[in-house]
Amino acid sequence: MNYIFYCLILLSIIFGAVTGKLSDVVNAILSGAELSVKVAFSLIGIMAFWLGIMKIAQECGLVKILAKILMPITKVLFRDIKSNNDAIGDIAMNFTANALGLSNAATPIGIKAMQEMQEVNKDKSSASDAMCMFLAMNTAGFQIVPATVIAVLVSVGYKNPTDIILPVLVVTSIAFVSAIIVALIFKKLWRAQ
Amino acid sequence: MVSFINLVSLWILPLIILTILTVGLIKKVPVYEVFTDGAKDGFKVSINIIPYLVAIIVSISMLRASGFIEYIGTLFSGIFEYFKVPVEVLPIMIVRSLSGSAALGVFSDIAHNLGPDSYATKLAAVMVGSSETTFYVLAVYFGSVGIKKFRYALATGIIADIIGIVAAIFVCRILV
Repeated sequence: MNYIFYCLILLSIIFGAVTGKLSDVVNAILSGAELSVKVAFSLIGIMAFWLGIMKIAQECGLVKILAKILMPITKVLFRDIKSNNDAIGDIAMNFTANALGLSNAATPIGIKAMQEMQEVNKDKSSASDAMCMFLAMNTAGFQIVPATVIAVLVSVGYKNPTDIILPVLVVTSIAFVSAIIVALIFKKLWRAQ
Repeated sequence: MVSFINLVSLWILPLIILTILTVGLIKKVPVYEVFTDGAKDGFKVSINIIPYLVAIIVSISMLRASGFIEYIGTLFSGIFEYFKVPVEVLPIMIVRSLSGSAALGVFSDIAHNLGPDSYATKLAAVMVGSSETTFYVLAVYFGSVGIKKFRYALATGIIADIIGIVAAIFVCRILV
């Protein structure tokens, strides 16, 4: 991550200088920083709400039930945290929320899952295998109904915006499954080193 | 079909919330106290991710402002013609792992300029609809627990994104 961060900034400055857009690049620092805080602040309320609701789900045993239903799959994918029922349940909830396109609900629940995985993580500054698998599932962005995209299509007068649901579903499934496979391969390679 | 999907997406959240609260009451969980207790962490968690978000969002905003992404686009335009992929969707491929709002912006732009019936609009729709902003996801989730070494998480995300792009191109050719 250190090199990536350095390269991104170095590239932008060199490229900005060459294309004469250096002032835009400098302005982007300010607007980017502002946007980051805006994103974080806009999360506070909805985060509090879903953490509250999830706490109820946890206390009344719903998270455990969901975890049990998905156990056969998660046992294979999250071998190193299989004894942690709360984490598995939250991962399952996060996946469900993502699949339904509820990213507002998925993020707080996912963060909670990360915190639970961090508790059993041996090296607190380094990602565990379970976390990498969890993020592979999240970055692949499995979604059943792409609501925002459909909204844009409707706005330009697309007649059957639901046309794209099937191709999106096929592509998102391919990406999702390959993310899991890639994460499993990397897990083996990393251990071999 | 459209109205059915709208109905489902309208009802899914209220139903989840209602189910959780109802089961909570039946199981005699003090729902109000438990809710506020859980909600307390919302502020702390959101503030914790700010430094990570700043690092990722600022560096990517800078890269976008420098014109680097357009430059990469012109480099690859030959390959695009070969695979019969409209060049207009190229910015989406580059941008969609970096910034969700940018990808949606480019997509709206394509949809408005080329119209709803063009192949580029459909392909762009599938690419945006089937992706998640890898860098943002990593920043938020790793930031929330203070993880600094991402190990293979970034590589996995990027490889999956590339597979997704290739899949979108082939699936669209068959289905759209």
